[in-house]
Formats: sequence, C-alpha cells, structure tokens
Amino acid sequence: MKSYILPQYLVERDDYRCIRCEVCVRQCAFDVHWYDEEEDAVFADESKCVGCLRCATLCPTNALVVRHNPTEHPPNANWTRDVLQNIYKQAETGGVLLTGMGCDRDYPIYWDRIVLDASQVTNPSIDPLREPMELRTYLGAKPDALQVEGKGKKVSLRTRITPQLRLETPIMFSAISYGAISFNACESLARAAAEMGTYYNTGEGGLHRDLYKYGDHTICQVASGRFGVHADYLEVAAALEIKIGQGAKPGIGGHLPGEKVSAEISRTRMIPKGTDALSPAPHHDIYSIEDLAQLIYALKEATHWKKPVSVKIAAVHNSAAIASGMVRAGADIIALDGIRGGTGAAPTMIRDNVGIPIELALAAVDDRLRQEGIRNRASIVVAGGIRSSADVIKAIALGADAVYIGTAALVAMGCHVCQKCYTGKCNWGIATQDPYLSKRLNPEVGARRLVNLLTAWSHEIMEMLGGMGINAVESLRGNRLRLRGVGLSQEELDILGIKHAGA
Amino acid sequence: MLRSAFCRDDKDFSACSIFGMMNMRGEKFDGGPVITAIANMKERSNGLGGGFAAYGIYPQYADLYCFQLMYDDEGAKEETEEFLKGSFSVEGAEVIPTRPCEGVDDPPLLWRYFLQPRENLACEVADVDDFVVRAVMHINVRIDGAFVFSSGKNMGVFKGVGFPEDIGRFFRLEEYEGYIWVAHGRFPTNTQGWWGGAHPFNILDWSVVHNGEISSYGINRRYLEMFGYICTLHTDTEVIAYAVDLLVRRHGLSVEDMARVLAAPLWTEIDRMPERERELHVALRQTYGSLLLNGPFSVIISNRGQMIGLTDRIRLRPLVAGRNGDFMYISSEEAPMHLVDDTLRETWIPQGGAPIVAELEESTRKEEEEGAKVLSLRGPDSA
Repeated sequence: MKSYILPQYLVERDDYRCIRCEVCVRQCAFDVHWYDEEEDAVFADESKCVGCLRCATLCPTNALVVRHNPTEHPPNANWTRDVLQNIYKQAETGGVLLTGMGCDRDYPIYWDRIVLDASQVTNPSIDPLREPMELRTYLGAKPDALQVEGKGKKVSLRTRITPQLRLETPIMFSAISYGAISFNACESLARAAAEMGTYYNTGEGGLHRDLYKYGDHTICQVASGRFGVHADYLEVAAALEIKIGQGAKPGIGGHLPGEKVSAEISRTRMIPKGTDALSPAPHHDIYSIEDLAQLIYALKEATHWKKPVSVKIAAVHNSAAIASGMVRAGADIIALDGIRGGTGAAPTMIRDNVGIPIELALAAVDDRLRQEGIRNRASIVVAGGIRSSADVIKAIALGADAVYIGTAALVAMGCHVCQKCYTGKCNWGIATQDPYLSKRLNPEVGARRLVNLLTAWSHEIMEMLGGMGINAVESLRGNRLRLRGVGLSQEELDILGIKHAGA
Repeated sequence: MLRSAFCRDDKDFSACSIFGMMNMRGEKFDGGPVITAIANMKERSNGLGGGFAAYGIYPQYADLYCFQLMYDDEGAKEETEEFLKGSFSVEGAEVIPTRPCEGVDDPPLLWRYFLQPRENLACEVADVDDFVVRAVMHINVRIDGAFVFSSGKNMGVFKGVGFPEDIGRFFRLEEYEGYIWVAHGRFPTNTQGWWGGAHPFNILDWSVVHNGEISSYGINRRYLEMFGYICTLHTDTEVIAYAVDLLVRRHGLSVEDMARVLAAPLWTEIDRMPERERELHVALRQTYGSLLLNGPFSVIISNRGQMIGLTDRIRLRPLVAGRNGDFMYISSEEAPMHLVDDTLRETWIPQGGAPIVAELEESTRKEEEEGAKVLSLRGPDSA
C-alpha cells in the first residue's frame, strides 16, 4: 500500500560543508542517512527521520539542518496536519497510535500563569551566598503532635517518628523502568541521586543487581505486573512505591515488547527472555481502597516498618478524594502524576486526552488533606511537566513537599523529546536496549549532567527563596500567599487557592 | 469580625517597638512605667496602633475568664452578649473605663465580661480552654462588628488606634496593677486603623507583641487551620499567638521546645548535636516545620507565669534583655529599660532563636493568685 504520510522533518545538507565523514550515517538508528560511494555523496530518507537531532548535533561541520516539514495541508481549523497524518497512519496499519514522552497538546501550563513574590523594604531579602539557605526536606508521615519527656538537658522524644526519606534538595527522579531506558541511563540516575542526596525511582522494571549499591537512594516501585519484586528488591530500597497510575496513561497498563526483553532485563524483571512484559491496567489484588491498604501494610510488614511507602496515582478528576483515601489507607507519600507526565510508550489518544494538569490536582489534593486535618500524615510529591527550578518552587508553594522530574532528567542526559521512545531506537542511548546505542550514554557523563542540573536548580531555588525573605524551604511549602496568578479566571484562581496579581 | 473588609493585603506589614517588664516575685506595679518606656521608642511607631497586656489586674475575678471586647455598635454587642449568655455564666459585665485623650479618636464600644463556662456545655469539649477558644473564634468569625481583645484569666489586653502612650492614658492604665506588663507601638505600612488590629494579640492567657514580618505566614496559617484556629485578622502576629497556644497548651511542649519550633536551629547546627538532642530537634522540625516563623521578627510572648522574648533565627530584628533583682525587661531598644529603672546594670543581647524566659517564682504564684501585695515602681514620667 502506498503510504500517504508526509515526512515529518526535512533534512537539509549543505554539500559544501559536508566532509563525507559519515558520522550521521553511523549515528542514525533509524537509517535516515546513507553514503553513496559512486556519487561520493550522503543522502537522506526523510520519511524515517524522527527529528531527534542526533545527526545535526554531532555533525562536525554543522552541515545538517533538520526542520519541520513546511509542506502545508489545505488550511482547515478542524482537519489539521496532525489529525490527517494520524488518520493516514491508522488507515495504513489498523493499529492504535503509539507515542512516547508526555502530552504535547497546548493545555494551559499553569506554572507559566503563576508568578512569585519577593521582599521589598518591610522584610529583608536574604542572600544565599552569604546566609544559610535550607532545602532539606523529609518525606513521610508526620505525627499530629510530638510528645517530649524530661526537662532541660535530659529531654527526650517519646513520639516515634515513622520512617522518612531525607532529601537535600526537594527534587527526585521520576519512575523510569529498566527496559524503558538503558542500564546506563538507570546508572546515571542512581549515581546522580546518591551524589545529590536525593532519590531516583526504579519504575516497574525491577532493579539490576549492579545498582543495589545505590539502594539508599533508590525508591523501588511495585506495579501491577510485579516485575522484579522479591525480598532483596524490597530490602535494598530506601522507600517503596505502589504504582497505581501514570500521568501519561491513566487507567491503562504497560507493554514492554519481547524484543526489548534481553537476558539482563529478563533476569531483572523475572520473566522469560524475549516475552512481552505486560502490566495489567489495575493491580489485580487492588480493586478498592481497602485492598490498597492491605498492600501498603503487606509491604510495610515485609520491610519491618523501616521504609516509607508511597502510592503513585495519575492526576484525574477526583484525585483529591482518592488521595484522602490513600492517606487513610496508610500511604506515607502521595505521588501525583499530571497529564503532561512522560512515558516510554502510550497510546497517543490516552496520553493526550486523559488526566488533568498537575497544578490543579496538586492544589486540590493539598486543600482537601488540610480540610480533613490529615495533611501532615503524608507528603505530597508531584510529577508531570516540571521543566525548571521555577516550576519546582511554584509546586512547593502550592503545597508539594517535593517534585519528581522525569523528562527534564532525560533531557539532561541528551534526550531531545522526539517522542519515539517506544521504537527502542533512541539515538541518544537512553530509551533503548541496543548495546550499540546504549553505550553512547556514559554513566559517568550522564550522572555529571544530572548532578549539574540539580545543582543549578537548587541554586536558583535558593535565590528565589532568599528573595522572598525565606531561609528554609518548609516555610514556602503550601505558602500560597507568595504566589499570584496572571491571566487566570476566578475559577482557576479559586482552585489554585491564589489571588490574581495586583490583588 | 472585621466589619469593613479593607484587608485586601495578605497580611499586615509593620515595624514596631515592643517592651515588656515583669516582676518575677509577682509583686505588682501600675501601668505608668511601661507607658513611659514605650513612649521613649516613639519613632518606631506611627500612631496607627498601640496596646498593652497586663497580668494580675483582676485578682477579685482570678478564676474567671475575662473577655475584653470591642464592638462597632449596639447590635454587635447585643448579639455577642446573647451568645455569651448561652455559653457562659456571666459573673460581671462592665464598660472598660476610659478617658478622653488627644490622639485617640473614634473609639469603639469597649466592654469586659467575667465569665464562667457553663459546665454542661463545656463538658462536651474535652478541655475547658478549648471551649473558650471556640467561643472566641465564634465571636471573631461569626459576629459582625465584634472582636475579642483578650480572653485570659486575671489579665487583659488594652489596645487601639493611636500612639501607645495615648492609648495607655485613654485606658487609664495607671489605675491597674499587674506583675507583667507588655506594650507595643505599631508602624503598619498597609492597614488602615482598626482597633482590633493593634497588638498585643491574645488567646486565653497567651499574649503576643511582635515586631516584624512573617514571610512564612501563609503556611503557618494553613497549618493552624488544620487544628481549628481561624486567622481572622490577616496579621502575622495572630498566628504566633495561636502557634504558642497549640504547641504549649495543647501539645504540651516546653517553652524551649516551642522556641525550637518557631525559630528552629539550622540543619547544620542540628547535624552537629549529640544523638539524643539531634533526634529531638530533627523530629521537631519534621513535625512542626510548617510553624517555623521565617522572616524577621522579635516577639514578647507572655502568659500568667512567664514572659518570653524571642527573635528569628538569623536575628533580623532587635531585642535587648535586662535584669535587675526581681525585675526582668525585654525591649526593642535598651534606652527605655534604663529610663524606667535607673539602677539597671545587667543588660544583654540574646542570640537569634534563643529564648529569654522570665518565670514567676513558684512560691509567689499562689500568693499572687490570691491577690497579694502591691509594689510601687515609679518611672520618671509618673514622678
């Protein structure tokens, strides 16, 4: 069948600059470029190009320009290029449209409609280069009240605080499974988390034995497929996370195709090599909230009540009520993943149409837990579209204890958000199990880039905190008075619990 | 409740003078010296608010809760009295005596009531004090045009719009005798004059005068709301009073631990502490991080047995302490302490976050409650 799909990108090669080094040919796993010896020229099959820019980035003479195909469909507000191209694809394949990364539709990004406060005159701003500035954050359940015994020097604590995660900066790496990404990418995340005093999350793919040494900085996930969940896995983790849902694909499970299930992944996930790894849509032992409570307590019991247990859900319409139930079911941490949260593979229609923006879910959940007087009983971690330190600090002021970053972490390692993770051909060596590709990401370099990113963001957060006259992050957490909305409706402001700028 | 909703601002921004003096043996003195002292710091206030708290002033009603209220009009008064009669046995009700005073205009109706919670009602609440707090919240939130200045026993708050020395004369404070006197002169930058918005802020026995701005106000308030405290005034000082009530009265923390919450040591300091101490400090910050008062402040917090001075942990606002025999002084500046006590020698500047605590001697507490001897201390002004 003749394909009606237009190339998404055009590859323009400046023949005068091109030195025929064939870097582009070797670098492209999608086989876009080829060298013709007879003509001594390099050509491109643009229909295969995914726009990952690996070739353009590595071309030593900057001979390549990759740009969006400017060919225009007949103008039509309804039948846009994306809509038509999707229909052609499905007419040619009969399949579900697949994609990777987070939703790319232009739903409002509330972070960009929220501005921060700063001190002027009545309250001195604080210079973090000269004064202490504290970002340390503890995640986990906090008691309603503290009981202290004794007096003076002999005081001691009577209340036993349940296990906590200590973060030196309120940013963690989101759940991304070994399988979705390469071992080197996992190791980069693990090393960076350890160096920065924070945590990364295994996702649902188990934990490779070689990464056990970073266990103190690892949150091990227990998802519906239970891949790689065994006693050692639970034991080595700093915390456990029950994954109920994911922002990119609320309500559905996952599917790692058999061709990605290499020997190492087979061992780590505890499934036969070459078989598809299918995560069911629900946990088949959790059909209700009391079932969740049972799993939470089973995990706590299995780890001798030494680890906090997080429960991750996709942000959906009634997240607030669900979160309240989760807290009452014993979750120490509530992880909320918004509609812009990423994925290695998801049906496009689900990624782009199911779920709600994280900002609104966060505000609603924080409010609800406070109204019920149980906000202290769990920490809130938000994920799904955190792009900068400004997003982090706004999330904290809205009520988050910490954030998870996934896409931003991958970008730090080289990802160019081409959204083709599900092909397994990631030219940047991240979302692939092909050894030829994955060795492109050196874990030492990957870790360095991630550490640099967190260091930079932490500095920026400190500057903004100092500007507000605050020297400890807990004084901003949930402090929505330091936020204002710009260009938002009254209803949006009410949900976010903030005033409009100028008010 | 605040009738005219002028408070568009998130909170009150103000710079201020604070002054407190206490006789630790419980011997009483009149309001003259404290007026003299606060007047000496006139340039720290701007005439938009002044106030006093005095302890030990109603020995004849020492066991009754004294509600001092302001009303915008008779309607608010009737509604409040109706409510009070429902919840309390009203043992005394009187106009708070005042005298016309230049610089104090348009006073609201000022009344005080001596109240005994009705047992059958108070029994439904675990703690009588909680019952009283609920009553105060009810009046402040639900009754239009009424506001409770103070609700403690054997103490009262006197405050209004004007310079503090004028407010003191207006309320005839030289006619009262107490063993703790705390005063405040206010320099608000954003609120119009409202009598209820002046300091001290009070709940039960706790009174707070405050110089500074709490950058963490938004979260302090939201945390306290989880425990039933409703911040009606949009001022950061109010949250201090409620925070202290929550931590000390309801959660039973010591004053030292309360200070460790409000002005927590830095993590770098906590990390260096011996294990048991570190464990306590970490738990305090984990549990009560939302009550850390961030931003510049110095406060005097008092109750019937204590007067506590505290600054923020990096000490962005001034506080000086002094002690002379049985007298303890805490002040924004040193000069007024010497002005009222010319034999004062021992003065010091406390460290940021470290509380200064003046305590009533145990033996004299009882004597005090029975309404005991009166000491005459004369400031130059009254001389």
